This record gives sequence, C-alpha cells and structure tokens, in this order.
Amino acid sequence: MSQDPVLTFTDRGIFCPDGGFHIDPWRPVDHALITHGHSDHARWGHRRYLATHQALPVIRHRLGQIDASGIAFGESLRIGGVTVSFHPAGHVPGSAQIRVERRGEVWVVSGDYKIENDGLAEAFTPVRCHCFISECTFGLPVFRWQPQDSVMRGIVDWWQGNAASGRTSVIGAYSFGKAQRILSGLGGIGPILTHGAVEDTTEILRQQGYPLPTTIRVTPGIDLAANRGALVIAPPSAIGAAWMRRFGEVDAAMASGWMAIRGLKRRRGLGTGFVVSDHADWGGLVSAIRETGAERVFVTHGYTVPFRRWLSEQGYDAGIVSTEFGEDMAEAAE
Amino acid sequence: MNRFAALFATLDGTTKTSAKVAALADYLRSAPGEDRVWAIALLSGKRPRRSVRSTELRAWAAEKAQVPLWLFEESYAMVGDLAETIALILPAGKAVDPPALASAMRELAALSGMDDDHRKAAILDAWDRLGPMERLVFNKLITGGFRVGVSRGLVTRALAEATGMDEGTLAHRLMGDWTPAATSFDHLIGDGDSRADTRPYPFALASGLEKTPEILGAPSLWTAEWKWDGIRGQLIHRDGLLALWSRGEELITDRFPEFAMLADFLPSGTALDGEVVVWDHEADLPMAFSALQRRIGRKSVTRRILAEAPARFIAYDLLETGGKDIRTAPLMERRARLQSLVAGLSPTLPLGISPALPFSNWEELDHLRRSARQFRAEGVMLKQVQSPYHNGRKRGEWWKWKLDPWSVDAVMIYAQAGHGRRANLFTDFTFALRDGESLVPFAKAYSGLTDAEFAEITRWVQKNTLERFGPVRRVTPELVFEIGFEGIQESPRHKSGIALRFPRMIRWRKDKPLSEIDTMENLRQLLARAQA
Ligand SMILES: [Zn+2]
Ligand SMILES: [Zn+2]
Repeated sequence: MSQDPVLTFTDRGIFCPDGGFHIDPWRPVDHALITHGHSDHARWGHRRYLATHQALPVIRHRLGQIDASGIAFGESLRIGGVTVSFHPAGHVPGSAQIRVERRGEVWVVSGDYKIENDGLAEAFTPVRCHCFISECTFGLPVFRWQPQDSVMRGIVDWWQGNAASGRTSVIGAYSFGKAQRILSGLGGIGPILTHGAVEDTTEILRQQGYPLPTTIRVTPGIDLAANRGALVIAPPSAIGAAWMRRFGEVDAAMASGWMAIRGLKRRRGLGTGFVVSDHADWGGLVSAIRETGAERVFVTHGYTVPFRRWLSEQGYDAGIVSTEFGEDMAEAAE
Repeated sequence: MNRFAALFATLDGTTKTSAKVAALADYLRSAPGEDRVWAIALLSGKRPRRSVRSTELRAWAAEKAQVPLWLFEESYAMVGDLAETIALILPAGKAVDPPALASAMRELAALSGMDDDHRKAAILDAWDRLGPMERLVFNKLITGGFRVGVSRGLVTRALAEATGMDEGTLAHRLMGDWTPAATSFDHLIGDGDSRADTRPYPFALASGLEKTPEILGAPSLWTAEWKWDGIRGQLIHRDGLLALWSRGEELITDRFPEFAMLADFLPSGTALDGEVVVWDHEADLPMAFSALQRRIGRKSVTRRILAEAPARFIAYDLLETGGKDIRTAPLMERRARLQSLVAGLSPTLPLGISPALPFSNWEELDHLRRSARQFRAEGVMLKQVQSPYHNGRKRGEWWKWKLDPWSVDAVMIYAQAGHGRRANLFTDFTFALRDGESLVPFAKAYSGLTDAEFAEITRWVQKNTLERFGPVRRVTPELVFEIGFEGIQESPRHKSGIALRFPRMIRWRKDKPLSEIDTMENLRQLLARAQA
C-alpha cells in the first residue's frame, strides 16, 4: 500500500489527489463526483460533474446548465491514477456510495445511506473496503426505525381518520426522496395533492420510470371541494405556513427521523410525527460498517464525536471528517 | 397501563385543549375506579415517590441495550428526558401481560422494600412486558418525573364533564394531600368530610403585566399591594387543627412551628391566603429571600434558626370565615373582613396584613413600584376591587407588576446544546464581563430567546468553536447579549465573587461589539446598590 492516503480532507471537501477530483465538495472545484442530488451534496459552480444516470435528472433540474456526465451503477471508470465506481446507497433514487480504488487499496465514501429497501430507491449494497467514510446523522442508539410497512400503516390510518372527520391531511416531507417514498406506498387510497416543489421532482422521477402513483399539483385554481379528505404532501417549510390555509380544516404532520424525539416534535408544534428517515438508524450504521470489513472508518455528518468514540472502543481505527459547518446539528441535515 | 399509556399518547399528541379534555373525560368515565383515582392524582401533579435510583436505571438500561454507560449518558443529554431515553434505547420486548395502572403502582410501591437484585429483576421484567409507549409512561412513573401537558384545571374540567358535577366543587375536593393508594373514586369526588379536614382552596393566580397599567382603566377600580418575595401559602384553622399549605399543596406546617400558637387566636373555620416571609423586627420589613432559604429544605428547626430567621405570615386575602366559603364575595369585602379579623389580634403574633398601597393615578403607583426593593418586595400586585377569589389563573383581574430586572451587556464564551425540545440547538450559554484585560464568566442563561434566534446562534457556534470540553464548546467571544436578573448577592463560590438570581437573556445585542460590553466594576456597583 502506498504512503499517501487515497482520499484527503480539505476545506473544499473530500479530495482524491491521484484522481484530481473531489467528492460532494461544498466550494467550486474542477471535477466533482456527486453521491446524490440533495443540496448539501450537489452544489452549484463546479466545472465538471459525475453522477449516476439515475441521479442526474434531478441534479440537472436543481442546478440548471451544468457540464455533467453519467455513470451506471457498478460501472468502473479510470480517472487519473485511480478507478472509481458508484454503488447503491438506498438513500433516495439514484443515490450512490462512491468506491475509489488505487492499486488494490479501496476507500468508500458512503454519502447518505439507508439500509432498509424502500421499494423506490435502488437498494443499499454493502461494498467491501479498507477505509469507509460513513455518515452518522442518527449515530446514537436511541434511534431505531420501525419497518417501513408499519409506519406506512400508521400514515394510512391517520389519513383515513382525518378524512372520516372531514379534515385534510397535510404531511411535511423533503421534496426529493422522502416525499416520493411516502407517495409510492399510498397509491389507490384517495386523492393525493402535491406542493409544486414536490410535484416538480415527482414528475422528473416518474419520467425516469420510478413507479409513482398519480398526484394532483396544488395550483391557485384547484378544485378543493372535489378533493375533500385528500392527503397533501408538502415540503417541511410549508407546514404551518400561509400556504396551508387554503385547505380549511387540516391536520398537519411531519415525516422525519427526528420525530422519534418527543421534544423535537413539540418544537415543531406538531401533535403527529411519523418516524420516517432516509438515513440509517443506529443498528443500520453499525451493521453497514461491519459489513464493509473496513478497519479504518471516518465519520461525518451528525453525532460524530460519540460515534467515533464508540467505534474506537469496538477496535476500529476511527476518525472524524469535518464538514463545512464543523458538525451538522441542524435539523436540515436530513 | 395499556389504557393509561394510550391516554398519555393522546394527551401528548395533541395541542388542542378540547381534544385533551375529551380524551380525559372518556378515560374518567370508563376506566376502572382505582385506575381513575391514580390517573387524576398523576395528571394533576401528585408525583409518586421515586422507587428506584436514577443511576441504577441508567446502568440497567445500558446493560440491557448493550451500550456502554457513557453512550447512554450521551444519548440522554440529547433526548433530555431519562424515561424517554430508556424507552428508546431498550430493545423490543415481549410486550405481553402488561399490568393495569393501579396494579403497576402497587408493584412499584413494593419495590422500595426489596434488595437491589430483586428490584433490578422486577424492573427488567416490567420493561419486557410493556410496549414502547407503556415503557415511556412506566419509566416516568418510576423516575418520579411524571408530567404531561395537562393542567390541574383541565383534569378538573374533564372530571366535571365525566361526572356531571360542578367544576368549582371538584376543584376544591381535589386539593390537599390525599393519597391515591388509600382513596376511592367515590370518596375523592364525594362530599365526605371535607369540611373537617384542613384542605386548602385552589390558589388564585395573577398574570404578569408586560405593559404599563394604563390599559387597565381607572385606577379607582384597583387596589395595590407589595409583591412579596416569600413563599405563597394558605394558613387554615379548622376545629383546632392549624395547617400551612404551600402553593405546591405541600403541607409545610411543621417547618414553621412559630405559627402553631395562631390556633389559639384565629377562630375556627378561617382560611387566609398570604406570604410566608422571614421578618426583620428591627426594620419591620421582611429579610431577603436568602434568609427564608435557611428555613426551607430543613426538616428540624432549631432554636437558633427560630431566633435568627423568625417567620411571619403576611395575609392578603380571606377565603373562609366562620366556616363559610366567602371566595365569591368581592375583594373589597374580603379585605374588610380580613382587617377586622386581624385588627383584634396582638401585634406580637407572627401574623400581619399586607397593606394596601395608596395611589391616585398610575404614575404614583409606578413610582412606588420602583421603590419596591427598599421594602424588600419584587414589585406590586394589582387586584380589581370587585374580583372574586378565582380558581387558578384568570386573566384580567389580578396582575403582578414586577420591577424591571437589572441588566448588563455581556459576551458569550461557552455554549452547550440544550435537550428535549431543543436537543439539536445550542441554548445554554455562559457569559463573561470584562475585567481589565480578561473576560470573567459571571452568569449562565438558557432562556429568553426565540427558537429562530437559537437556530441562528447554533449555526454561528458551529463555525466559531475554539475548543471542546465534552458537550461544552468554547467559542470566539463575539456575540453580545443583554443579561437581565432579579437579584444579586456576594458569593465566594463563584469565580466572579457574585451570584445572580434568575439570570436570563433579555435580548441579543447584534448592534454591540465586544468592546462595548460591561465590566466587572459595573456589576460590583450594582451589588453595592443592592446591599445599600
Ligand atoms: Zn441526502
Ligand atoms: Zn446529506
């Protein structure tokens, strides 16, 4: 093995000296490899982009005119002195872990990931490596997700209960990923309305061939009387905002991993919260790391300090990668 | 436990009062009688005794979850609630055969007599039998920290709805120190012998006056008195029994033996509302609150304490006289009857009346209010002359108009994340003042800002951390805040030599740079003024 690390951590983000590229950089660079289309990973201003074919349409929609090329999941590509490939991360449609190999030494950058197969995003596959750079947004043992089926049943019950008493159900979910994941399990139950930001992304994914039920975009002219008892999917920022008033009597809820903590639910002023996360829970992080077979692990995003300490106690050679803000504590991390 | 946990989930899951009352009333109509009594007790703030030490619970939960104790503690710091942390961290159990509320409470009571091994086995067994929500509630019961967003008033309203009884009558019947294990539902809400015991009345509460009192209309409709800095209490004499109740409905008669003699002077069937203070006979004024602190929290009262910190009851209302409840009579009339009751007593008794403050316009009253500290008061109370003695808080008739707090401008030097509702925000800060070339920490505060401001500060802290000590971060001294406080005293235990009472952030002074913060000298001047 070579002396120099395959990947280094710079003030622009993760950098590969032998390949001359960055991974999910937060400042403009020459060549950016992007794990997925969320705005904290796919930023504006790089000269060239590389992402999976499945991830590109949303990235293009968000960033406008960019010089980008696509790559298939599992396809190998030689860049400078290294070989890179992209592998499903199960986080959102098109999301990838990025594998970088140099003369047999393998590093993997997880990006954001989720273990449970949600039926929409390409299912997470563990990738063997020597060094794993893992997110740990929910890296404390109090975070354990229920299976998706049981959460979706809860959402359906809540929606139908509201519909029966003449209320509109409004659920707050990130417009790319979370919103479609919820949507995909709810076809054929009743009318589903979408906020414009959600519908834009939904349309792109639908055209790509992801199986998504029919939805109705909320526009000023929409016939609300015809859609009584509907479910509305909107970005979190619309929950409690003036936009919601048009629906008359509503019951609002949020879908987020943070809803596991009662205090955070209360801060949002919500009675109902559904614990749905597109990130791995504690058990997911632990098993994913174990399955890579890596001896070195760097953690980033989330509860990095305790998670690193725990990994060290388990015998890993563990470190922390700082992100732009040192450590993400903000709720926006999801 | 099942039904009670479901009730808890509903109460916790809605912000609508009507939905809370409906869920409560439904439970109070249909749950088994003994469970109902326990539910009323727990929801109206009667805490069960802590039957297991919190350190034991943490260790057992960490062991069961197979995580090291430090990681449990780290999680607890984030969640901010021990019961919830345990419920979240435990692996799923069998969730079969969960006990009903009253029998769970009996099982808990039995724990205190057991040795460590048996207690541990009993708790682990209970965790295994309970589902996630039931575990949360159960943990809240064993840690003695049971609280849910329901006021006693709401419970009373739901009980009135469930039984068809009058709300005011029920409010009075729920007062006092009845024990749920020894009280039947019928006895609790029934007429019983409530006159014979020394049960207090629900305390009438005042709201804080944020603006000037011009909004209250004509001054002649109002009466004013000092807002004393003591312990609010009801002093009750019925059939030779004298009782002093704190606002938390704790019987504190034994802490103040000097009041016992009042049983010989107050007629039977008397209930007074007032303030317990420590009296400075020379100045004929109360002593500072710190003197009263020597009397609280101390079970045995020595002769020396009695001599050095003699207590006095300053009465401001009469709720019952001649065994008759007069709470609905206008305040004027109650005050007059209080006057004539106390006027006939010897001035050497530890009982006085809170005098009415003379004022003919709001400006005069404001002037008096500003002088409150000279009278060892915190401000003034305003009460409408026609007001009845209402149950709990009723906005509009009673107001407290406090002194403006003292304040200094200080810089933030340490930040720590909050917990619970504010788990992922930095909310707990340490502030410093300038002392020559150095910055001296002098106060901690965590309240007074909006969530949006805390979020903005959180982003700033993440980019401006200089050093970490566990959960605490040392940050660049740059953000300036106006820190308000209610009192100030010397304290050798503090690095600054000064302790503040109720420090809080009044506002974030984005307009002020570090160079303009106050100095330790400014703070010492405030201390000198307070001592004068
Ligand atoms: Zn993401
Ligand atoms: Zn992310």
